[in-house]
Amino acid sequence: MSTAAAVEFDGIGQSFSGVRVLRGVSFTVGASRTLGLVGENGAGKSTLMNILGGNLRSDTGRMILRGQPYAPAHPTDATRAGIGLIHQELNLFSNLTIAENIFLTSFPRARALPWIDQRTLHARTAALLRDVGLELAPDTLVDRLSAGERQLVEIARALSLDARLIIFDEPTTSLSARETGTLFALLRRLQSQGIALIYISHILDHVRQLCHDLVVLRDGAVVAQGPIETFSTPAIVSAMVGRNLTQLYPTRRGAPATEPALEVRGVSQPHIVCDIRFTLRRGEVLGLSGLMGAGRSELARILFGLDPCSRGEILVSGRPLAGANTRRRIERGLAFLTEDRRHEGLCLEASIADNLALASIRSHARTPLKLIDRTGWQRAISTIREAVRLTAKAEDTQPAQTLSGGNQQKVVLGKWLLASPSVLILDEPTRGVDVGAKFELYQLIMDLADRGSGILVISSEIEELIGVCDRILVMSQGEIRGEFSRPEFSSERLLAAALPRESPA
Amino acid sequence: MSGVATDRSWRTTAARALCSDYFVLWLCVVYVAAVAPFTPGFASLDNATNILATLLPLFVVALGQTLVLIAGGIDLSITSIIGLCSITGAMVMNDETGWLAHSPLAVPAAIAVMLALGGLVGAFNGVAITRFRMPPFIVTLAAMMAFSGLAVWLTQSKAINQLPAAFNALGGRTAIALGIACAAGVGVHVMLSRSLFGRWLYAIGHNARTAHVSGVPVAGVVISAYVCSGVLAALAAILYTGQTETGSPVLGQRILLDVIGATVIGGTSLFGGKGKVLWTLFGVLFLKLVDNSLNLLNLSIFTLTIVKGAVILLAALLDSLRTRLAGSHA
Ligand SMILES: Nc1ncnc2c1ncn2[C@@H]1O[C@H](COP(=O)(O)OP(=O)(O)OP(=O)(O)O)[C@@H](O)[C@H]1O
Ligand SMILES: [Mg+2]
Repeated sequence: MSTAAAVEFDGIGQSFSGVRVLRGVSFTVGASRTLGLVGENGAGKSTLMNILGGNLRSDTGRMILRGQPYAPAHPTDATRAGIGLIHQELNLFSNLTIAENIFLTSFPRARALPWIDQRTLHARTAALLRDVGLELAPDTLVDRLSAGERQLVEIARALSLDARLIIFDEPTTSLSARETGTLFALLRRLQSQGIALIYISHILDHVRQLCHDLVVLRDGAVVAQGPIETFSTPAIVSAMVGRNLTQLYPTRRGAPATEPALEVRGVSQPHIVCDIRFTLRRGEVLGLSGLMGAGRSELARILFGLDPCSRGEILVSGRPLAGANTRRRIERGLAFLTEDRRHEGLCLEASIADNLALASIRSHARTPLKLIDRTGWQRAISTIREAVRLTAKAEDTQPAQTLSGGNQQKVVLGKWLLASPSVLILDEPTRGVDVGAKFELYQLIMDLADRGSGILVISSEIEELIGVCDRILVMSQGEIRGEFSRPEFSSERLLAAALPRESPA
Repeated sequence: MSGVATDRSWRTTAARALCSDYFVLWLCVVYVAAVAPFTPGFASLDNATNILATLLPLFVVALGQTLVLIAGGIDLSITSIIGLCSITGAMVMNDETGWLAHSPLAVPAAIAVMLALGGLVGAFNGVAITRFRMPPFIVTLAAMMAFSGLAVWLTQSKAINQLPAAFNALGGRTAIALGIACAAGVGVHVMLSRSLFGRWLYAIGHNARTAHVSGVPVAGVVISAYVCSGVLAALAAILYTGQTETGSPVLGQRILLDVIGATVIGGTSLFGGKGKVLWTLFGVLFLKLVDNSLNLLNLSIFTLTIVKGAVILLAALLDSLRTRLAGSHA
């Protein structure tokens, strides 16, 4: 009978070195139901799912899967029990092809022979890719894929396992609007096939659109649960953060000055960006909107000296950068929070303190031996921890990878704030950050602007740009296609400007 | 229920012991206690000085290897540096054919030349690895072959004797060698734990990409690490040459695996980002204790190598256990 609940958590508790991360979590995911799991960064959502997925063994409590006791010792136990887990952080091998990644543990074999049946492999991968709406050849190397495409490959991998219960841990964080649409259609199809889903996200609208039931976690405990219709969005938010949040965006106090912080004059790189010109003033928050692939991140990388640029001039505080490398650009006051937190933002195994200090540690080194002034360093670390409101649970010496996704993002932001940049470029700064923490991040960004820095924010969330920016530029096909000042802001206009023009083929 | 609890607390204690800085030191103590009763002459003052004397140069080389491993690289060229420096120094100062024979400047000049040569080979390695993006393994392997060959060719594979007594004392007198090794150890320790260079080195080992994006001069730091490794190998060459009172092109040819083995036993990771001077010291001590006790037991060289291999494997096993525990209990 399939009326038994898909999974039942009963008093799950988990601690990491004495810190309690989950406390007696009990709830049930009904058969063929979709359950939304929400909560602040560090609330314990991913930890709970890791327990369900066999990556972790809980200290206390038990789980019941379709009426049977279930205690996975290993992720393969979960797979065998029909559980598919799509991790928050991507886990693909970039040196392998899409097909190899998907079937890594279950390659289709030629009958009775030890080698792989390439044709079946190819065909099944192609079918899965169609399901998730990816138009790519199965033998494409994962290395070539964008973050959003990788996310979809992860999802295809989970689908390949014929799971009866699939967990999506923040699946849309790197998807474009169109990809998100495809994903939702796919989720609806899974729902209609009677597959139970657990959907974790910080985007409450999405949760509302997709889920039947809702569970809110705060500080590792269930604080609210029930059918989604019984919750209003403000009620969910206040359950999550434990207080009433009246505003989503902080009020902007300061206003841009007239002196330029960053001037970009005709920057071009063939096939990537074309003749980009704009000026970012001191104290200004400038948004860069556009669809995925419009060249926004690429432009940021060029500005920061990570990618080459064939023509054009970049000036910081009125002085040209003239071919300076990344390190020189940082010395000149540039800072860049990249969109790839794991590979370019953090040293995951290094401590939180070392990560926070990385970009500014030079200023704590005293000549002649360049020894670190440890008290000054420690002071800077604790100040910045407080400023970005990094979770108090984590020790300075703890590896950054033990932090929840949102707190990792705060560490990267903290690292750049410590360098007190005059121009800060942020690429998708609030990806995976909860509503409460988003507000705090925006506040930090605005405070930095009020102290006279210029801020360039790249974001795929138009509402966010409208909420925090003084001015928004729209990019499409590697060019700037529109400029809007605050009174002209509207999502329709921004979207219209972002659409690619028909090429005169 | 209580069974689970004691099981957990036992595990936590084991994890803490495994992750402690002094773990390998405890291993040494246990090893000595276990082996001493069966090994004649193991627990004697004479033997202790003997162990110390052979340990010091190895420790100095291993210091350099530690730096390079932390940055996520590896340096196989150390043995060739030792041979090359040994004969070059000897060519400069020997009393028969030396360029500066009997000059009061002979010894200082020879030392300067040796250290500079070590640094030069290290710089060659570092530049090839960073500027031309070649894998450290291949670059330093090639350097090992080329420079060992060069050393043998330069001397026509003959050893050079008649070195000044003042020079021989540096490595030959254990007290002086101890002073030199301690200075090197403290220097590298301060560099790693207190200096900007150290912070950068660890960051590069953890994630070179992030380090680069955060403004760390990655190429410069990596080159410096290889230069340090070269200079420390040259310093070890001074000690070894003094001990044997001979400049030899094949000096230290067999120590490569000892150096890497000892460093890794100590807990330095082959994947970068992890390593400490204290760990390396204990790793070298452990390896030397094993070596020495097996020698005293009069085992054949074959048996000795087999046992040594097994011990290194065991240490590697413990290290992987340690990494796993550190991952789940950090
Ligand atoms: N291995 C670990 N060691 C120590 N603490 C850990 C470890 N793994 C997770 N934690 C801590 O557990 C808490 C819960 O983390 P978790 O990743 O489950 O949060 P989350 O709800 O998924 O947050 P986010 O929305 O940011 O992804 C965090 O405070 C985190 O620092
Ligand atoms: Mg999470």
